[in-house]
Amino acid sequence: MAAKQVNPTRMELTRLKKKRITAIRGHKLLKDKRDELMRQYLDLVRENMEVRMKVESGIKSANRNFVIAKAGMSEAALNTALMAPKQEVNLEAGEKNVMSVDIPTFEYKTRTADENDIYSYGFAFTSSDLDGAVKSLADVLPDMIRLAECEKACQLMAAEIEKTRRRVNALEHVIIPETEASIKYITMKLDENERSTQIRLMKVKDMMLEEAHHYSEK
Amino acid sequence: MYKIAVIGDYDSIYGFATLGLSICPVSTREEARTKLKQLSESEYGIIYITEKAAAELGEELEEYRGRALPAVILIPGVSGNTGAGVDGVKKTVEQAVGSDILFGGVNE
Repeated sequence: MAAKQVNPTRMELTRLKKKRITAIRGHKLLKDKRDELMRQYLDLVRENMEVRMKVESGIKSANRNFVIAKAGMSEAALNTALMAPKQEVNLEAGEKNVMSVDIPTFEYKTRTADENDIYSYGFAFTSSDLDGAVKSLADVLPDMIRLAECEKACQLMAAEIEKTRRRVNALEHVIIPETEASIKYITMKLDENERSTQIRLMKVKDMMLEEAHHYSEK
Repeated sequence: MYKIAVIGDYDSIYGFATLGLSICPVSTREEARTKLKQLSESEYGIIYITEKAAAELGEELEEYRGRALPAVILIPGVSGNTGAGVDGVKKTVEQAVGSDILFGGVNE
């Protein structure tokens, strides 16, 4: 039975029928959207995990190198060496639309093309361990950018999937059954009205004939 | 044109300065919070934050999850890997799929 009170009129019936068609169409589209989002998401999240593992182990070994480098130098010398960075990273952020989710794409450019510009110090007063440490960190950077891209995309897509899934479920389990119940209720009511009108007319006709011809007295 | 920032304790992040990333050494929760807010309002596209600093911020990072930019990404610090980054990925899987069907067995 319809949970909501509906007017059993033809106008309401037409409205509800239209609503049902829209709901079914919307349900189908949203379901397709959810499935496609999910497919792409699963690919992306696998990559995300892979890149994350790579970055984490990369940073871990870079950190180890830095600790070793630090051990071989005085704190002051190290700070001086790293005080004024030569290199600068500029990030170009674009947008990609995946199933109506805007995910960012990152592309980075270094200020200078020379890859040796990551060493912001003269080599005379620093330990060679520091060079190795800086190099190992520089090697992780492309993966770190990729990780940022992947992880952000995953977060945004997960939110969108959750939203879409809720909509699909709401349509499937609430809106569509409710509309159908209302439609059924109105159809029944209208049929019932029609039958009662017919019976009333038949009765009236009987009564009029009786009055004109007095069948029962004959 | 965007820039990249790294937030965390000085020992974990000073190396990134040589690559041309902006480093923001923070030591307290309050500092990290204001720094993150400040960075997210200016022209930073990616903000890397050490897992340790992120753990102290907790719920406040949630706010950045839904936004397209900046991307706030956890990285391990010098004191080791807490697994918070991997947990973050698992959490998105849980959010999208309903339960973690992919990485249930992956544990550091």
